[in-house]
Parts: sequence; structure tokens; C-alpha cells
Amino acid sequence: MSALARVVRAGVGRRRVQTIVIGLVVMIAVTSAVLGGSLMVASRGPFDRAFSQQQGAHLTAQFDAGAVTEAQVAASASAAGVAGSAGPFPNAELNLNNPMGNPVPPLTVVGRADPGGAVDRVDIVDGRWATGPGEIVLATGEHLRLPPQVLGQRWTVSDAPGSPSVTVVGFARSASQTADAWTTPAQLAAWTGPDGPRAYQMLYRFTEAGTAAQVQAGRTAVQASVPAAALDSAVSWLDVRREATGETVLLVPFLIAFGMLGVVMAVLIIGNVIAGAVSTATRRIGILKALGFTPAQVVRAYVGQALIPAAVGAALGVVAGNLLTVPILAQTDQLYGTDDNGVALWVDAVVAGGALTLVAVTALAAAARAGRLRSVDALAVGRTPRPGRGRWAARLTSRLPISRPVTLGLAHPFARPVRAVSVVAAIAFGAAAVTFAVGLGTSLNRIQEVEDIADVQVGQPHRVPRGGPPPGPGQPPGPGQPRGPVQPQPFDDPAAIERVIADQAGTDGYLGMARSEITAAGITGELDAVAVTGPDGARYYRMVSGTWLTGPAQIVVSTPFLTAAGKEVGDRIVLTDKGVDLPVTIVGEAFNLDDDGMQVVTDVATLRVAEPELAPSMYYVTLGSGTDARAYAKALTAALDPLGAVADGLSHEPDEMIIIINALTGLLSLLLMVVAGLGVLNTVVLETRERVHDLGVHKALGMTPRQTTAMVIASVVVTGLVGGAVGAGVGVLLQRTVITEMASSVGFRLPGSVLDVYGSLDLLLFGLGGLVIAVVGALLPAGWAAKTRVAVALRTE
Amino acid sequence: MTTPLIELHEVTRRYDEGPPALREVSLSVAPGEAVAILGPSGSGKSTMLNLVAGLDRPSTGTVTVDGVRVDQLGEAASARYRRARIGLVFQFFNLLDDLTVADNVMLPAQLAGMGRGTAQRRAAELLGRLGVDRHAGAYPGRLSGGERQRVAVARALMNRPPLLLADEPTGALDTASGEEVMRLLTELHADGQTIVVVTHDLVLAERCATRTVQLLDGQVAADSALERTR
Repeated sequence: MSALARVVRAGVGRRRVQTIVIGLVVMIAVTSAVLGGSLMVASRGPFDRAFSQQQGAHLTAQFDAGAVTEAQVAASASAAGVAGSAGPFPNAELNLNNPMGNPVPPLTVVGRADPGGAVDRVDIVDGRWATGPGEIVLATGEHLRLPPQVLGQRWTVSDAPGSPSVTVVGFARSASQTADAWTTPAQLAAWTGPDGPRAYQMLYRFTEAGTAAQVQAGRTAVQASVPAAALDSAVSWLDVRREATGETVLLVPFLIAFGMLGVVMAVLIIGNVIAGAVSTATRRIGILKALGFTPAQVVRAYVGQALIPAAVGAALGVVAGNLLTVPILAQTDQLYGTDDNGVALWVDAVVAGGALTLVAVTALAAAARAGRLRSVDALAVGRTPRPGRGRWAARLTSRLPISRPVTLGLAHPFARPVRAVSVVAAIAFGAAAVTFAVGLGTSLNRIQEVEDIADVQVGQPHRVPRGGPPPGPGQPPGPGQPRGPVQPQPFDDPAAIERVIADQAGTDGYLGMARSEITAAGITGELDAVAVTGPDGARYYRMVSGTWLTGPAQIVVSTPFLTAAGKEVGDRIVLTDKGVDLPVTIVGEAFNLDDDGMQVVTDVATLRVAEPELAPSMYYVTLGSGTDARAYAKALTAALDPLGAVADGLSHEPDEMIIIINALTGLLSLLLMVVAGLGVLNTVVLETRERVHDLGVHKALGMTPRQTTAMVIASVVVTGLVGGAVGAGVGVLLQRTVITEMASSVGFRLPGSVLDVYGSLDLLLFGLGGLVIAVVGALLPAGWAAKTRVAVALRTE
Repeated sequence: MTTPLIELHEVTRRYDEGPPALREVSLSVAPGEAVAILGPSGSGKSTMLNLVAGLDRPSTGTVTVDGVRVDQLGEAASARYRRARIGLVFQFFNLLDDLTVADNVMLPAQLAGMGRGTAQRRAAELLGRLGVDRHAGAYPGRLSGGERQRVAVARALMNRPPLLLADEPTGALDTASGEEVMRLLTELHADGQTIVVVTHDLVLAERCATRTVQLLDGQVAADSALERTR
């Protein structure tokens, strides 16, 4: 073994703590960077990946079975620009009832013999494909939100003659969202009766489909290849993608924020650890040079000493990062229909390479400086800080009326200002991560709370809206639902319903909703209008600006509506309902996600000008605290029975996306805090080592182990407090920026209640969080310092 | 007979595999004595001093100082013992560079819980007595070797310890500064201070000590007190 190799090996082995800290810091930094990086890569295109894996349909076309033959539809596969096709598949919209006899939202059922093919290779998520009579496969996704226990249940097809039963044999997912359910073509024919399937579905992939114009060109070619009026409708994959990626884009700013925190933190800590490791070895470098080592050999030796544990840490970090990424992405796979494991080898390579380069460059810079020192100077460089720095602080703290060991420790950071600043930065990043994580979680939960204000809904039996409660536990629909083909029917006597609700014990407030479709000047297409009634409407919406409705001819809308209409709160706009123009004033901007933020909320009296018979079709009830929703719903249903209404409890299960973000936030925060703690630990180890002689003097003069511990802990108090204060501020800023960006990426502005989530006490605690990180990081070296034998310390010159 | 201030009874100190640094050494020092421990490098002088100061523990045997079994003390008790009973003076002064002279001197008293005001008065008194009061606000780096050692002695005397231990107190000083320190130790002894000095310096031993103990290979080779009794 060469002399250089011996020096490297001895250095790695002798400085075990430093070796372990370098390895650990690099490992955790690489773990968080691999995790963040992989998720960023994955989040950029879960839909695209799923679409690509399934050979998704660029155009999903519906043909009128009465206007075209199956053979003519099949022939459209050779239209200009068509690269691949699947179908024609017979399909129909059917009404089914669950085992309890309750209707589920109407389903577009496609007759398809198998899930594969050239286009839209449907993934079977659970169970199997429908192969025989009486079998159906349901699509997973937002439409039905089915619980897993539905698999194997026997439902009935209420539209089919004799309401035959059907067994749910599987769950499947189509990225192109081509169906709500699938069955065999023969079974579909049996259900739809002697008239046969009402429509054919044909799926196309085009040679060029990157833009709306290209998809439109493909559609035109397809349309030209079939008889006129045969093409009922066609859905572009770009529209499906826009719908599907609505939630995905929310992840991006969040991951970018965490990714940046992780990278900056890794750079800072790795730099600090490596530079510190080399600087404490200056004396040893002097000895090596005195023995005849050249500056280049010294540099190689110390770069090698840093790279060995760093390489081990990087390798372990890559493994750990991927191990963490896989289960998290499994959740997003479930959400978006992808089936890859999320491991991006190029991310692994870039992160590991970057970390090792950083280690090498930092070690090189520090070792080169030490290597250039003359031997005599290197030998003379003491372990204690150069006299002169921080004396003012020592003088100042010595006057404080607290225990002397504490005042001695408080002055320590000022002797090494650059190192202290790097520790402050590390602690600040840790505190920022925690502050950000908690704030983000609170904001997201408050967004969820907006959806969860209602505890019970009241509707007409067997007439639930599309997107309404699934079989089993009900989902929280919030105030407002997407439009579906079947709208809930208005109540005949809404005043009586309201009296019963108001009189029911446990009622805290309620909101009645009537629905209609309107147009608004300056906005293309029909809009969902919700006409509300009841005394407590304001509590069901979070206002961003303006006020809640105070009377008719007023509307409350969301940011996307204002953006689309080019209006502001206070402006007037003309709505058209059933041909009647309704001039209204926009009195408020609410945070309302329904209808992609285009929903118009108004008083029922506003729309009654055009629709005198308009009446609520649904009521949402908020219960007093401590009221059991299930028992309340049962009692209310009994009370409403004479009026033909039923009450259902709404479950308040958190959104999957929020669960994923919360889990990620917690994990990444934990990693960043550990790295921050390790940074502190490393710095205090360096400080303790550098001050070991002074420590020996203190102990020789009678400093007890407890006083020694107090001194070392006190040495991180200032940095911890400053880091915590800075970190809390940065965390708040980050939370506001990221949450605002997340909302604005989908066109919304957020109400103050979602943005302003920190109280004074919270901020104080987050600030003190920095102190906690610092103290935890300093505990171990403080223990070592306390145990250091005086004779040994004094010999360490 | 006076109770000894220091009593080592068959003390052996062994490090790792080599021969013991001290081998079954027994020694008594009476209050008010000024003892010089002499011997070549590796004879066990510093080891003996460390054992008496509670900086190290014997492998076997007992060390009793001012009635305290030093060999049985834990870390915290050992620190409290040093605060109360021992003043330590080192060859290289071991002053803390980032503290002023006054702060250095006050430190042992402050570690013992003395208030800053009281400590300041005591430090001023000691610095005045040792002739370095004009440097109270200066940092040790600006002082000469002799002045630094005077400050170190002042620090050692801060808590009025019954025993002053000095390890080669003139070893790092020029002749003139060494003279200063020798004079100081003599004066302190004359005031009744018990002193144990570890040194190579025979002149120092002659000038300051009333008794010399010669160590060789970890054993007492000669003790002037014993020779006198013979």
C-alpha cells in the first residue's frame, strides 16, 4: 500500500465521527434529492406516462348507431392521419342499482371483449376482465369513487328488461377515460334490448396529435370517412389531459420548493462538513508536509478521505431515496393510472454525481488551501480560533447575570463567524422546512374543510346527482356538484323541507341549492348556476374578496370566472337564463372549485325571474358540535319521509392528493431536519475538537461535566435562535408562495383563511424549533465534551 | 503529629501495556510545606501531579488530599474538589486567549458560583498583589511570559486553595521571567501556602522548596525530608 493510501485509510479510520457524519449527511442529502427529483420527474407527467403506457386514444369518437353501420365505423380506421384504432365498440348509458337498491350515477357502459388492443390498453387494477354474461368491470376514478368492497358485489341493471343482476368482476382504468364500465359486447346487446346498442365507440391514434389543430384535423378526416351526421361527438385527448392534470400541477410548485430546500441544504451542509473536516486537519497536513508529502499528495489524500465516506453515503442515499420513492409513487400511480415504479436512473446518476462532485470540489478547495501552507505554518496553526475574533462577544456575555459556563458558550459562535453563519443557515433550512410543512398541511386541510362544511345532505330518494354519494359511505360533495346527465329533481315543497331541517335537533345551519344552466356575457358556453336559499349560505363558501349575497341580482363567483369574463368584484354582468337577460352585480369572489371555478352562485330569487318554478333540489346541513351525523341523518330521514326526501351523512375523508402531499411533506421535512441536526452536530464536534485544550483548562479550573454540557449547549443557542427566527420567516414566505402558486396554476386565488394559517404562538414555536434542532444536534458532542478527561485534553496541543 | 495535606499510599499508575508511570509510591506532604518533585522525563512527575490534582486516577493505591479521597471521586466531584482545594499552574500558562486577564482570573470563582462583583474585587486584589493589575483589561497574548505566569498564579489562587500545584512553572520562561516566578512562589510559601512544584529546574527547587522528592522510573528515589530524619 502506498504512503498516500495509508494516510487516506488512517484518516478515514481515525476520524470516525467525521467519517460517519460525512457519510450520513451525504446519504440523507442524496436520499431527499433522489426522492424530490424522482417525484418531480414523475409529477411532470403522470397522465402522459399513463397515456403513453396505454397507447391512449387521441380521439374518442361516438357514432350514432342509427346513422352508420358497424362496418362503416370500422372503415374509418383508414382515414387520413389515423395511425391506429380500436373498435368499434357498442356502448350505451345505463342506470344501475347497488346491492342496497340505491341507484349509482348513470354509467357509460362499453361492450369490449378484451382490455388490450392497439389503442386504449385498459389496465385492470383489481379483479379480472368481464368475459361472460352477467359480468361488469367498473372504471376507477373520480366519477364513481368506489370502495374496494364493491368487487364481487351483485348489482342490478335497472334500465334492462327484468332488471337483471350483474357481478362486479373487476376494476380497470383507462387513461383516455373511454368508459365508466365495460362488459362483453353480447351482454351489452342483451341489456340494451332488441333495438341493439345505441352508439358505437371508436378510438383513434393519429400520426400527429400534439396540438388541438392536429387533433381537429384527424377528427375532420374521420368525420369525412363516415356518412354525414354519423359522428355524434368526439373527445380530444388534450381535453382529457387538461381535466386529468388539474390536480397533478398542484404538486409541482410544492415539489420544486422542497427540492430547492433539499439541494441548497445539501450544498450547505456538505460544504460545511467537508471544509470543517479538512480545516481541522491542518496540523496533520503540516506533519505530512514535514515528512515530505507534496502539496498535490496532500490534496489527493484529503479529497480521498472525504470521497470514501461520501461515496458510501451517496450509494446508500440512492437506494434509500428509491425505496422511499416507490411506495409514494405507488399512491400517485393509483391516482393517475401509471404503473411504473418511479425509479429514474438518470435522476439517481445526476444526484449521486452532483453530491460527489460537490464533496470533491469542497474538499479540493479546503485541502488546496491547507496544501499551500508552509509546513511550519501548518504545524503552528492552533486548534483554537485565532485570537481577536469574537472578543467583543465574550466581553459582552461575561457581563450577563447568568452562569459563567453559559456566558462562555454564548460567545463561542462569534469566534468563528463564517462557520456560525453556515450553522444558522442549516438550522434556518430545517426550521423553514418544518414551518413550511405544517403551514402547507394546514392550508391544504383548510381547503379540504371548505369541501367538508356540510355534514348531511338532503335529496330525493333514488335521484342522486352524478358524482353524488357512492354505494356505502357517502362522499362529501360540498356545496355544488358537477353537472351530470341526470339532475336531482326539485322538491315540491321546499319551504316544508326547510322547516323540518330547521326544527331537527342538532341542526346548526343549512343551505338549499337549486341548479340551472346559464350563459354569461363575454364567456363562451353554458355555465353551471347554483341558486341558494336558506339563512346560512355564507358559511358554505370561503370569500376571497367582496361580500356574500345580500339579495337578488347579485352573484358570487370564483377567480377563473372573473378571469374569463375580464371582470372584477363590483362590476356588473349580464347573465342569460332560458333566454331572459338578468343584469347582476358581482358582489364577491369565493373560493369555489366547482365547475372548474366557473360556477355562478346567486340567490334563488335571481334566477326565478327567468325560472319562476325554480326550487332547491338538494339541501346541505351543518350539524352542531357533538351531533352524530349518522343518527341525525336517520332521524331527519324519518321526519322528512312524508315530504319524499331522504338525508344521508357525508363522509369527510381527506382527498388522496392531500394525503400524498401531507405524507411527502412530513417525510421531506424530517429528512431536512435530520440533515440540519447533523450539520449542527458536525459543527459542534469541530468546535469541541478545536477547543478541546480550552476545555481541558476549564475542567482543570473546576468546570463540572454538567457545566461543560451547559457551555457546549449554550454555544448553539444564539445560532439556534437566529436560525429558527430566520427559518420561520422563510417557511411562512415559502408556504404563502407555494400555496398561492399552487392555486394560481389552476387559476384560483385563495381566501385569507387558507393563506394565513400561522398564529403568533405557532410562529414562536417554529422559531424555537430552530433552537430544538440546534440543541439536539449539540447534545452528543456536549456529552463527549463533558466526558473528556482533563489530562488527555490538556495534552492535546 | 500534623495531619498531612497530601497522602499517597502505595500508588501505582499504569498506562496500557508499558511499565507503570508510578509504582507503589507513598508520600506525605504536610500543610505549609513547599515540595519540589524532581526527576528526568518519564520519571512520573506529571503523573503524580495529575493524581493529586484529581485529573487522573491511580490504578491501585489511594490519594488523599485535605481529607478527601481523590482517587474515589467522580468527574463532577473531582471538578468541585479542584475548585475548592487546588490551584493549578501550568508550564504553558494555559490562559484562555479570548478572555481578558481579569476574566481569566475570575473564572474559577465564577465556576464555583461566586457573583461577578465579588469575583472582580478578589481578582483585582490578586492581580495587584502579583503586580499585574495594569493588565487586567488586556488579553493574555499581549503579556510577557513572566506576566502570563503571574496571571496564571493569580487564577490558581482565586478560590484560596489550600494546595498550589505547579507543573514546570518556569519551563517556558526566560531567565528573568523565571526569576520573577520563583520569587513569587517563595513569597507565597512564606505566607503559608502549601506548594508542590514539579520541575527539572534544580535552581527552582533550591530557591522555592523546603523539601525535594526525586522520582526515577516511577519510584521515589530520594526524599530530602526522609534524609533529614535519618
